[in-house]
Amino acid sequence: MGQHESNTKLIWQVFGFLSLVTIVEVILGIIKPHSLHFTIFLGTSILNWIFIILTLVKAGGIMWYFMHMNHERKNFVNSIILPLIILIPYLVTLLLIEGGYIHDVMAPYINWKY
Amino acid sequence: MKATTADQNTNVWEGGATKPLGASYGKMMMWFFILSDALTFAGFLAAYGLTRFKFIDVWPIADEVFTHFPFIHGNYPMYYVALMTFILIFSSVTMVLAVDAGHQMKRKKVILYMFLTIIGGIVFVGSQAWEWKNFIKGEYGAVQLKDGKIIQFVNQEGKQIALADFAEKNNPIVQHTRNNGLWNEKGPTVSEFTTEGIIEAFKHNPEIGIRLEKINPETKQKIVILNKAEALKYLEQSARVVEGANLEVNEYGSSQFADFFFFITGFHGFHVTSGIIINIIIFANVLLGTYERRGHYEMVEKVGLYWHFVDLVWVFVFTFFYLV
Repeated sequence: MGQHESNTKLIWQVFGFLSLVTIVEVILGIIKPHSLHFTIFLGTSILNWIFIILTLVKAGGIMWYFMHMNHERKNFVNSIILPLIILIPYLVTLLLIEGGYIHDVMAPYINWKY
Repeated sequence: MKATTADQNTNVWEGGATKPLGASYGKMMMWFFILSDALTFAGFLAAYGLTRFKFIDVWPIADEVFTHFPFIHGNYPMYYVALMTFILIFSSVTMVLAVDAGHQMKRKKVILYMFLTIIGGIVFVGSQAWEWKNFIKGEYGAVQLKDGKIIQFVNQEGKQIALADFAEKNNPIVQHTRNNGLWNEKGPTVSEFTTEGIIEAFKHNPEIGIRLEKINPETKQKIVILNKAEALKYLEQSARVVEGANLEVNEYGSSQFADFFFFITGFHGFHVTSGIIINIIIFANVLLGTYERRGHYEMVEKVGLYWHFVDLVWVFVFTFFYLV
């Protein structure tokens, strides 16, 4: 570890960006615009997709700048990132399909009239 | 072979002679630990997703569950958890500033920023405890039917009201605590309300309706029944009074929501707590000048990786428990 130049300015910029994204998420979460909340796209509302994409952007920002992935060698970055982006969407997709199926099978048997 | 052995002896902790991944052993292992831990959390959140999809038409609405803000009365969803998110992101910033100062061998700055990071972590865990307290205590109270459904009470506008707003605390059974019974044990929680008392009060109060767990897909709100006769048909099936949430029952709806909330935020809180402890150990070493003598602050960088990971997990917990 030799002398490194200071990245303080970049760190504060990333902080500003992450805060901005969080504020946008919170504002959308509070007002829940009707057009986004009730328009279904690929199985869930557009609002939910916005939340998920903003979350991934935030996660990327933290990994890239705060965890200094931008300074690591490409092989190393791939050995961390690839298992995550292959395994997690795989697991999530299967489990969500399964959950939706259980709901479709089970829900008609639940009595809501007394 | 001999040359390799000699190489390993001198270089193994620095990532080997050829450094195939360009990182030291310690940093690499921290990254791979984070990878496995990320998969663990992904498994938990995916299981939460499965359960939520399974009960998609009755799942509690997070905005109605987490509505408290310290020192302010009223209904403020999102604000508190947004504040918690900021606290954690900010402690991540001070951590990365500590790492940055470590790269330049500025010990005083490392001390300052690590100290702020530890404080931020402690404030976050405290906030989490307060959130748990509110959730466990509950706000309104509800009735559980014999088949497990939760029935809440609303006024004519469909806004939820508390049991104490209309029913009397008429339960003759007193909760067994250490102070009023055997000194060495306490009994199960006993509500001050009784289902009979609540039904009686419900009959005599024309202003009150009930609310089911079921969500109307057109409004994305829980179904409200204001018709007295219809509502009483539900209440006749009452089994017990529910106040607050625990691992068995949840006044806000599905008990599995509470189970997953406690488990996942609890597991995350446990990570934050262990992160604080590791941070304190490294902080002590910085104070003692260990890394100054070693010539580099890579340990600060490694603990920083763990700390950022904890922040990263919170970003996902925040989205999937509070937003989506």
